[in-house]
Amino acid sequence: MGEKKKLVLVGNGMAGMRTVEHVLKLAPDAYEITVFGAEPHPNYNRIMLSSVLAGGSDMKEIVINDLDWYADNGIRLYTGDAVVKIDTMKKKVVSESGVEAGYDALIVATGSNPFMLPLPGANKEGVIGFRDIKDCHLMMEASKKYKKAAVIGGGLLGLEAARGLLHLGMDVSVIHIHSYLMERQLDEPAAKMLQRELEAQGMKFLMAKQTAAIRGGRRADGLEFADGSSLDADLIVMAVGIKPNVELANSAGLQVNRGIVVNDFLETSVPGVYAVGECAEHRGIAYGLVAPLYEQGSVLAKRLAGVETGGYTGSVTSTKLKVSGVDVFSAGYFMDAPGTRSMRIQDDLEGTYKKIVLQDDKLVGAVLFGDTSDGASLFAKIKSGESVAGKEKELLLGFPAGGGAAASPAARLAAMADDEIICGCNGVSKGTIVNAVKDGCGTVGEIKACTKASGSCGGCKPLVEGLLELYGDGTAGEPVKEGICGCTSLGRDEIVESIRAMSLKSVKEVMNVLEWREPEGCSKCRPALNYYLGMLWPAEYMDEKESRFANERYHANIQKDGTYSVVPRIYGGVTSPADLKRIAAVAEKYDVPMVKFTGGQRIDLLGVKKEDLPKIWAELDMPSGHAYGKALRTVKTCVGSTFCRFGTQDSIGMGIALEKAFERLNTPGKVKLAVSGCPRNCAEATIKDLGVVAIDGGWELYVGGNGGVKVRAADLLCTVKTEEEVMEWTAAYLQFYREQANWNERTAQWVERVGLETIKAVLENAEERQALAARIEETLSRTTDPWKEIINSEELRKNFEPLPSAEQVVG
Amino acid sequence: MLTKIKIAHVQDIDVLGSRTFTVGDKEIALFRLSDGSVHAVENRCPHKGGRLSEGMVCGSNVHCPLHDWKIDLRSGNVQEPDHGSVIVYETEVDAATGSVYITID
Repeated sequence: MGEKKKLVLVGNGMAGMRTVEHVLKLAPDAYEITVFGAEPHPNYNRIMLSSVLAGGSDMKEIVINDLDWYADNGIRLYTGDAVVKIDTMKKKVVSESGVEAGYDALIVATGSNPFMLPLPGANKEGVIGFRDIKDCHLMMEASKKYKKAAVIGGGLLGLEAARGLLHLGMDVSVIHIHSYLMERQLDEPAAKMLQRELEAQGMKFLMAKQTAAIRGGRRADGLEFADGSSLDADLIVMAVGIKPNVELANSAGLQVNRGIVVNDFLETSVPGVYAVGECAEHRGIAYGLVAPLYEQGSVLAKRLAGVETGGYTGSVTSTKLKVSGVDVFSAGYFMDAPGTRSMRIQDDLEGTYKKIVLQDDKLVGAVLFGDTSDGASLFAKIKSGESVAGKEKELLLGFPAGGGAAASPAARLAAMADDEIICGCNGVSKGTIVNAVKDGCGTVGEIKACTKASGSCGGCKPLVEGLLELYGDGTAGEPVKEGICGCTSLGRDEIVESIRAMSLKSVKEVMNVLEWREPEGCSKCRPALNYYLGMLWPAEYMDEKESRFANERYHANIQKDGTYSVVPRIYGGVTSPADLKRIAAVAEKYDVPMVKFTGGQRIDLLGVKKEDLPKIWAELDMPSGHAYGKALRTVKTCVGSTFCRFGTQDSIGMGIALEKAFERLNTPGKVKLAVSGCPRNCAEATIKDLGVVAIDGGWELYVGGNGGVKVRAADLLCTVKTEEEVMEWTAAYLQFYREQANWNERTAQWVERVGLETIKAVLENAEERQALAARIEETLSRTTDPWKEIINSEELRKNFEPLPSAEQVVG
Repeated sequence: MLTKIKIAHVQDIDVLGSRTFTVGDKEIALFRLSDGSVHAVENRCPHKGGRLSEGMVCGSNVHCPLHDWKIDLRSGNVQEPDHGSVIVYETEVDAATGSVYITID
C-alpha cells in the first residue's frame, strides 16, 4: 500500500466517530486520521444524557471510546478545539487554537444545535437548551438552588429533560404548543395515555400553550403566554427541536439548505468533502435519530474505504423510547391518511395501546404504548414491505384470530408436587421456587439470584416464569420483562433486528446503544452478542475473544482440574497409520495422562497442560477438531458401500465431503452430523442435528435430532437424489439455523420451537435455499484454522504461558 | 514481610484478559480491566477450585469457567447468589513505564 491518505473529521460526535470506527475496520491502514471536537470530552453516547441527568449513569459510563482508544488506533484527537475554517481550495482546516490540518477527505459532522426560540428575554440567565454534558451540569447545579423548572417543548427531547429534572427533585411543568405530546412520534390516543402516566409521576402539563416571553431580571423568573396567563419558573429549558449546525459549512461555501446537502454517497457539493449525521440533509430530510445516522455512517465508511456500496437511500425511522418506565414505540406512517386503513386496541386497565396502519396489503406504520415487545417485528415488516394480507388481525392481536386458546400449562404447574425438580442443572424444586416467590422475588432474575433456578442452561425459564405468574401476587413491584439475560429487557429478535437496522458493529456498541444495565454485560450476553454480530456481519466483524468462554478462547476443552483436552480433526472418522503414529508420539512426549476415543469417532488427548497446547498442536500438524465450541463438531460415518455388503452409497465419502465443507463453522449451539450408508443407520444419523441416510438411488436428510439431555428423533426434512443436493440442502439448513436460532439453542429445541413446516417452507423454495447456501459460503470462506493461527502468532501464544517468575524485588 | 515485586509489563496482559504466575506454592492471576487497572487474586475459585484466569471478565467481575461463579476482582468477594471470597493482592501500575508491581506477604 502506498502513502496513507489524510482523513479529517470535524465533530467528535456519534455519527462522525461511527464512520471513523467503520473505516478503521474496513481499511485499517488507508488513512491517517485527525479528529476535532468542540466539547472537552472523548466521544460519548448523547442518547444517554438523560440517564446522566437522572443520576443513573455518570460521564464515564456513557463514553463510547475513551482517550486510550484514540491513541491505540493512531487517531490524533483535539478536544475542546472547534474547527473555525475550512479552506476547500488548499484542502485544510483551521481550529480555534490555530491548529491546521490538511486533508484528502474531510467529514463534516458538526451535528445540531438546540433550537432556541427567539423570545423576548431568551438570553436571560437560567434559560438553557438540552444538548450536551454542559447543559446537564447546568441543570444539576440549578436543581440544588432552585425549585421550579419549566420545559418548553413536549417532544422527545423535552420529556427526557423533564424526566431528568423530576429525578433531580424539581417541580417540573412542560409547556407544549400542540394539543398532545410527541405529535411527531405518537398519535393522539397514545399521547394522552403517556400524559396521564407522566402526570401520575408528578410531571405537570400546559398544553396548547404558546410562550410569548420570558420574564425576570438578570435571571429568568417565569414565562408569559400568548393567552395572557403566566407561570413562575427559575430554570427554563428550551427543547422545541434541533437545527443542523451548518455555520462552518456555510462559510466554507458548501451547498446548504436546512442542512448540508449531500447525495446518496454523503458527498457535499465540494469534492473530497462529506457530511454525515444531524448536520446533513439527504433528499430533503435532516435526521435526528441515531439509527439513520448510523446507516449513513456505514455507507460513508464504505465509500471512503473503497468498498462497493449501493449508497444511502434514506431511512424509514422508528422510535423506541422509555419515559420514566413507560415504553412507547412508533414507526413509519402511523397517522391515518387517505388510502390507509388502521386497526387499534386500547386497554386502559393494562395501560396498553396498539395501532397498526395498512395501505393496500402492506403494513406502513405502527404505534405501541405500554408494551413495545412487538416493535422490532412490526418495524421489520414495515421496512421489508412484504404483504401481510390475511395476517392483519394476527399482527394486531399477536395470535391467530379465531383460534381457540390452547389449554393453559398453568394447570399442570399448579398440580405439580412441591418436591418435583424444576431446574435440573442446579437441583431446584418447585417448592423452593414457590417459597422464593412468596418471600418477595418478583422477577425471573431475582428467583435466579436467590435459588439459582434457570441459572445454568436456562431451559426451565418458561416453567419459572409460569410459577412466578401462578404464585406471585402481582403487586410485588413492577414486573420487569426478562431479556436474554439480566443485563437487558430485550429479547433475541429485538437485539438482532437492532444490530441489523442500526448496523451496530461491536459488543460494546450494542450494549451502549441498547442501554444495557451492566456496561460490560455478563457471561450470558457477551458470547451471545459476539455470535450474533459475527453471524450478521461475516465480512466486517472481528471476533472478540474476550467475549468467548475459556474453551473457545483457548481452542481446547477445559477440564475440572484446569487442564485441557485436545481433539484433532479426523474427517469422517477415517484416520491413517501415519496420523496415528504422530498422535501416539505426541501423547508420549508430553506425558498425556489419557488417550480416549470419543463418541464422535475421534481421539481425545486428556489432561494436557495449557502451556503445552500450542506445542502439541504444532507437532500433531492436524487441524483443530473444534470439539470445544459452538461449532460443527463431527461428522460420524458408517462404512457404507466401500466395504459393507448392505451399503447402498458411499457414506464415508459423503461424510468427509460434509466435514470439509462445514468445518470451522460457528453456530448457535454445537452441531453434530452423521451419514449412514443404508437405512440400518449404523452412524445413528437420526439423533443428530443433521443426519444423512442413504437409500437406494438417493439420500434422506433428517434434522433436529438429539441424543443428549433430551432424546429427540430427527424429522425427515427431504429426500434428494444427488450429492450436490445433499450439500446444498445441508448448507441452507445450517445457515437458516444460524440466522434464526437463539444463541445456545440446539437444533432440536429450535426445530421444536419454530416447527418443521416453517423450516421446510423456506428451504423448499429453491431461490431462498440458494441464497442461504451463498450466505454460509461467504462465512465459511473467511474461516481459518485456529490452532495454526495461534501457533503462528506470538501475541496469541503468550496467553498460554505463565509469566516468568518474579525477577526483581523493589523496596 | 511485605514484598513488592515487579511482575509484568501492562502490555503482557490483554484487556479483559489474564496472565498467571507462581510465587512459592501460590498461583496468582493478574487481570487487566477495560478501565486500564490491573488486579491480582489467588487463581482458585472457592467453589471447586476452578482457575479464575480462564474466566470471562465483565466489568470488574470474573466469571469462573467451571460453574459461572462471579467474583469481584477489586474486593475478592463472591457475588450473589453464591458466597465466599478469594485473596486479593495489592497491585500498582507505573504510568510512565507500564510496569506492574504486586505486593505479597
